[in-house]
Amino acid sequence: MSTAAVAGKRTSTLQGASLPKWSPYAIVGGSIVLGVAIGLAAGLDSKVQWGLIAGLLYVFGTYGIAARVEGSRQAKDRVATSLVWVAFVIAVVPLVSLIWVTISRGVKVLDVYFLTHSMGVVADSQPGGGAYAAIIGSLEQVGLATLIGAPIGILTAVYLVEYGRGRLAKSVTFFVDVMTGIPSIVAGLFILSIMLIFNMEPFGFAGSLALAILMMPVVVRSTEEMLKLVPNELREASLALGVPKWRTILKVVLPTSIGGITTGVMLAVARIAGETAPVLLLVFGNPFINNNPFEGAQSSLPLFIYQQYANSAGANAAYDRAWAASLTLIAFVMILNLVARGIARWKAPKTGR
Amino acid sequence: MDISTQTTDAPPPTPQPGIAEQKRNARGATRAGDRVFLGLSRGSGILLLVIMAAIAVFLTYRAALAISRDHGNFLTTFEWNTNVIPPTFGVAVLAFGTIVSSIIAMAIAVPIAVAIALFITHYAPRRMAGPVAYVIDLLAAVPSIVYGLWGALVLVPHMTGLFGWLDDFFGWTGIFSWDGGAPRSMLTVGILLAIMILPVITNVSREVFRQVPQMHEEAALALGATRWEVVRMAVLPFGRSGVISASMLGLGRALGETMAVATVLSPDFDIHASLLNPGGGTFAQNIASKFSEATADGRDALIASGLVLFVITLLVNGAARIIIQRRAEYSGANA
Repeated sequence: MSTAAVAGKRTSTLQGASLPKWSPYAIVGGSIVLGVAIGLAAGLDSKVQWGLIAGLLYVFGTYGIAARVEGSRQAKDRVATSLVWVAFVIAVVPLVSLIWVTISRGVKVLDVYFLTHSMGVVADSQPGGGAYAAIIGSLEQVGLATLIGAPIGILTAVYLVEYGRGRLAKSVTFFVDVMTGIPSIVAGLFILSIMLIFNMEPFGFAGSLALAILMMPVVVRSTEEMLKLVPNELREASLALGVPKWRTILKVVLPTSIGGITTGVMLAVARIAGETAPVLLLVFGNPFINNNPFEGAQSSLPLFIYQQYANSAGANAAYDRAWAASLTLIAFVMILNLVARGIARWKAPKTGR
Repeated sequence: MDISTQTTDAPPPTPQPGIAEQKRNARGATRAGDRVFLGLSRGSGILLLVIMAAIAVFLTYRAALAISRDHGNFLTTFEWNTNVIPPTFGVAVLAFGTIVSSIIAMAIAVPIAVAIALFITHYAPRRMAGPVAYVIDLLAAVPSIVYGLWGALVLVPHMTGLFGWLDDFFGWTGIFSWDGGAPRSMLTVGILLAIMILPVITNVSREVFRQVPQMHEEAALALGATRWEVVRMAVLPFGRSGVISASMLGLGRALGETMAVATVLSPDFDIHASLLNPGGGTFAQNIASKFSEATADGRDALIASGLVLFVITLLVNGAARIIIQRRAEYSGANA
């Protein structure tokens, strides 16, 4: 009560009492110190528990102090702010942990030997061997999937933006949206059900087909957004010069948005490069090098990670290989992401007049 | 003088014979080119529809074969024994596990994701908002198998502390009782799934919160509302349907996630009251772990369970999209 009165006098009578600017930091510091002290005193060995105690102290401390000085509405506001910050920290923790563990454990066996040799006859529990066959398999399957999925996706987007009116376009839009949500394993089962009819053995291209199905809706979505950004004046100018519509699309619309389309395709490639489930069903895995995606089982990086984890019965050598392959895969995906974003920024279509 | 004549005078048009004929050719070429291009692009669109239909047809066909051979009841049998004759299998356990793990994931992910979306749009210092959004995008880009590996080798050992604590204080409920086994259970799976669907929900919610009319927020602020009151009275009501559909998109992801569940869960074919003891299974996980040992009949049975998963995700995603579309029309009318 008295603090409120004092603070009110110091500033202005029109403004309610408020905590000084540094108070949140002070409360954070205080609750961390208290949390550690309580943790040490009670002999809790888990750092997570220390963190939880500090977090609870912070939230309740903020509410208590703010409610006393500023009133309950301000106190609620401060609690909401701190909860939002806590949520942010919670989301960052697993990401940091995942990146840190993958890098620190992945570099153990990740070297030129690992990237250029395959498992071959090396037992899963033994050290040695590498992911060469898996990398080859991944590149071939993802490459073929992109060759199928990207053109179909881009053409569909062109149809939806440049031509699409009426029921067909509406239903294509809806089913593209729904298709985005198909679980990857269902795409795998679809190709598998066809293979079962024709009694086919697993091979790389079957995996590519499933990956292409997963890729198409993603490409359609992103290309559509990019085509919509192309200013209508450009189309009208070209059409007014007597250029036929298809040449307008090929020479004006697509070149204008090519940066964004490339970005979308690369992000889609990054997404399917990490898919394991359809590859597990359709490509089966192979410790030996198989360069032919149209015949015989192949391997792929995500599948290699899974099989090293699952078939190794806890052998450390296999876990090391799994982490090294994870690091390779994450590096590949992240580089694709970064390059895609770079292209997007570099080639962003100039809208505005 | 020289220069001006050069620039203004166009080169004299060379007379060309048969202009009418040329025009007709050009128009003909235009029509052919346009027809081909329209055909190609419309064909791609139709191909997408055909693929969706084919998925449904082929899965249904193989599933029908499997179910006709099933000795048990496909919906209620607590068993997955497909490599004997006659095979006995049912999806009850899988349906239960899939729903339970997804509910846990949603219960954890939705509040946190909404909070992060609010953080990016309304709370973070402006310089921080961009990088934070980028970090969330990175979370989305990590392949699910890497999440699985991390979950199995890093998250699982870290769960013992939490599980012991839950058992001590809430063990009496039965849901949180724990007999000290490896924490490869539904709760761990749910937490891992929550981390994986977080970016999906965050990104969609963020877009919706961005569209909140500035006027609403400023009006609330002018009436003396605190920031939290602005969020509660202007932002959240406007974004409610968007958050719902974002959550359903996340739910679709969680329902179909395969590898992260297959690596973390130690499955069995039974329904357990406790979320902490290992056991149970999900559709996708069961397909991935049973596939390599399945005979031809067994594969059909797995396809049958995949069909159920397909239908469930189709319904969830379709509903989410319809909600989004309705909202888009609404906001379009507003603007």
